[in-house]
Amino acid sequence: MALPPPDPQFVLRGTSAAVHTLHFSCGGPEPDIPLLFSGSENGFIHVWNLKTHRVGAALDGHGRKSVYCVETMGGKDRLLSQGRDQRICLWDLAEGRTSVTDSVFTEHVGFCRCSLLKVAQGRWLMAMAARSLEEVQILELPSKTSVCTLKPEVGAKLGMPMCLKLWQVSDSQPVLLAGYEDGSVVLWNVSMGKALSQLICHQEPVMSLDFDTEKAKGISGSSEKVLSIWSLNEQQNLQVYKTHELVNAGISDITIRPDKKILATAGWDHRIRIFGWKKLKPLAVLDYHTATIHCVSFSDHSNPRERLLAAGSKDQRISVWSIYAQT
Amino acid sequence: VSFIPGGLDCSISFVSHVLGKVCVHGRQKEILGVLVPHLMDLTKSDCIWQRICWRLVECVPDRWMEAVVLGFAQGAPTADVLSRLLGNLVVKNKKAQFVVTQKMLLLQYGHTTAVLQNLLGYLSLDGLRRTLLLRVLQELLETWSSSSAVKHSPAEQQLYISKAIVICLSHLKEPEIESCRQELLTSMMEGVKCHLDSSLPQLRRLGMVVAESISLKINTEEPVLKFEYEEDDETRELKSLLVQTPPFCVVPSLPDDDRSEKAGAALPSVSESKEKPHTAAPLMPDEELDAELDSDDDLTPYDMSEDKELKIKAPVYIRDCIEVLTGSRSEDVDEWEATVKALESLVRKNPAATREVSVELAKILLHLEEKTCIEGFMELRQRAQVAVLTTDPIPVAKYLTSQFYSLNYSLRQRMDILDVLVLAAQELSCPKFHGTTKHSGAQKPCIQRLPGSDSSKDWRRIVDERIKSKTRRFDMGQSHVELASRPNEFNSVAGHFFFPLIQHFDRPLTTFDLLGEDHLVLGRLVHTLAILMYLAVNTVAVTAMGKALLEFVWALRFHTDSYVRQGLLSCISSLLLSVPAERILADMTEELLETQSWLGDVMEKDPDGDCRRLALQNLLLMDNLKKKLEAVPS
Repeated sequence: MALPPPDPQFVLRGTSAAVHTLHFSCGGPEPDIPLLFSGSENGFIHVWNLKTHRVGAALDGHGRKSVYCVETMGGKDRLLSQGRDQRICLWDLAEGRTSVTDSVFTEHVGFCRCSLLKVAQGRWLMAMAARSLEEVQILELPSKTSVCTLKPEVGAKLGMPMCLKLWQVSDSQPVLLAGYEDGSVVLWNVSMGKALSQLICHQEPVMSLDFDTEKAKGISGSSEKVLSIWSLNEQQNLQVYKTHELVNAGISDITIRPDKKILATAGWDHRIRIFGWKKLKPLAVLDYHTATIHCVSFSDHSNPRERLLAAGSKDQRISVWSIYAQT
Repeated sequence: VSFIPGGLDCSISFVSHVLGKVCVHGRQKEILGVLVPHLMDLTKSDCIWQRICWRLVECVPDRWMEAVVLGFAQGAPTADVLSRLLGNLVVKNKKAQFVVTQKMLLLQYGHTTAVLQNLLGYLSLDGLRRTLLLRVLQELLETWSSSSAVKHSPAEQQLYISKAIVICLSHLKEPEIESCRQELLTSMMEGVKCHLDSSLPQLRRLGMVVAESISLKINTEEPVLKFEYEEDDETRELKSLLVQTPPFCVVPSLPDDDRSEKAGAALPSVSESKEKPHTAAPLMPDEELDAELDSDDDLTPYDMSEDKELKIKAPVYIRDCIEVLTGSRSEDVDEWEATVKALESLVRKNPAATREVSVELAKILLHLEEKTCIEGFMELRQRAQVAVLTTDPIPVAKYLTSQFYSLNYSLRQRMDILDVLVLAAQELSCPKFHGTTKHSGAQKPCIQRLPGSDSSKDWRRIVDERIKSKTRRFDMGQSHVELASRPNEFNSVAGHFFFPLIQHFDRPLTTFDLLGEDHLVLGRLVHTLAILMYLAVNTVAVTAMGKALLEFVWALRFHTDSYVRQGLLSCISSLLLSVPAERILADMTEELLETQSWLGDVMEKDPDGDCRRLALQNLLLMDNLKKKLEAVPS
């Protein structure tokens, strides 16, 4: 007899606006407080103290325009946020400061979240959707120099890039996976600036994707009912591996846990679904929120038992769960 | 005749005379049935026989020429046979030219498609005759594009002309099309306009098919004209005429057929062999999966039985529905959709609550526009309207009929009002129609198609059946089973449905002129009145309705639109069927006599076949009425 799904461990309230993005920073050594960063529709980035469950600081840097991406750059002192004011802001949060040190004007009016990749100590590559409709620009941070611009060939009709993921295997060249509006996922070689492989995964725009670099397998979700799992073979070609049909259509976000055992999806039907990553076995359906869930994120706790899953929703709440933490 | 010796210089004119005389007496089939096959064989390769044949027909005197040409056109199996037999008769002989290019195409319309093919093919097969072909096409197009012809000529003639045009087009060659491209285009535009203006769906379809064919021929690069219409046998036949299969290529294509068959046979085998590697490929990953160690087993799934499809709840109260539909609540489209779908059943389940807000709900529904893409939106809306109208008939009928004659409604909305009134009247008067679609043809709103006489055709069928049952009534008794009876709810409200509609038809508004341009709506109004009259049988108001209807019909009886006339005749049928015979006699005798003479006129002279048939039916009904009254001892 299967157990009923667990309740959230706790719920964070107080953003007063729909939550669009979440990012944990709990990896620091003991005296450091585990933090959760959340970006909301009212332009604020809240820094949540996960011990007291209260807001530590509220960062206002996007002119009250919705913040749809937050990422830390090597620790909780440096934050990157992306908002609908067409800017990416770099924050310095050390020693209680809350100031914007730098910003990049992207001229991108869509919702595509940028993707960060650390290439060397203090140097990062960032992929972001650029001003022109189908292009993705790769910048080096903090110098803000453009590494290359990835343009699909003329007539490809991919539409806007919807989601990006930069990664590299050990010391080889960095590659980018981009999901587009027409439902296809394209693998780009960043240094040469050309596409290596393209796969049509969905009939509707790809809303979110995540990739497991060890197994060379990825998963993408769309506005339809199907989750698509694809793999990358030695020739750098994408192939569809499997598809999984959901009960209700619409996925906003997908994320794979850092230990590559489970993954979580954020659904438009107000539910978080947990699957096993190996065979995409459905494990749980977490039903707490009362509006569409915009983002899910796994924590980076060094102690496996403390691992958490957080989900931010349009109902202005962030639910935090402890699920399958014992494995 | 078959023994004409070769080589002798004999005079053919005697034979021509005989041929002509026989044909004119109507014996074309017999004599040509024997003559034509012989001549066909003889003239196939022999030039002398061809010339003999040509002399034969040329010598036929003018007064018999028509019969002979007609006979040949009907008797020849294909166009090139006709060409061999007649030669350039059409160019040399004035009478033959008149018969072929004018009489058989424009003045007569009873010939079969095969005859048309023969004639026009014959004209196209020789250079001298092709000028005639072009001239014929021009004249046909002139007729096709004249609005008075479209309005007044019978549907059969219009079909005939359309076929002729399409066949001509199929014979035209590129340089000829080039030379008359502009004229074709102008005629097409004018013709399409007249045809689309017509109230009869058949004529509209004909216009559309011909316009598409013309457009196909004259536009080779630009996008071609494409209409949306329902295909039926007529349109399919017409379209097939556009593609000409040249008769010469019949023989050489046989070896081609063999080759194409072999190619066809080769293809399936290739595709089959391709399929096999595909089926092999998916097997591999499955095996790999099983081979992997199943280390996911240590993650036990939770109970997921609660995970069902998300359903948006529709409001449960009528007033909530009103709020959602007017958007005064949140702009939630899911809720709006759910409300539209649930509205009809809610209205029917809560009659008391509906009666409180009936007029408001009717107003909202009349103006409701499709916000999101729901399947069957029109039908959902109409059913909700009918439900509201049947729950609270009098105020809602008053509202709807007043809106019918108000400013600033579209034609579609006005016709929707009429449809809703009819469906509600049907429901109120016949309890067995309620809910289940027994006579599904009559029940269906048919809104998705062009507004046509579809619903009235079904009604005509029902009226016909009723007429049939009535005409035999004094022979057979009531043989059908008695159905469960309910009080006739239409009784108290029939007048409210009927009289407001009939009141203001002659008062034009700025945007709506029933007697002028909007004759389509007038036609629908007349059909609606006929149906309401039919449904009012056994109600108290039926006699008053009958009188008013008779006056209405009398005022409009000479209307030019045949759809309107058909409606008027159905009104008379309904009247005769619904108003009790005694009341007809007592109150409407003089009007009936006048109507009878009008009906006789229509039956003989009306160009539309349906009108004539309806007039005949009405006269029969009147006859039966008289007999029935005479049979009853007074």
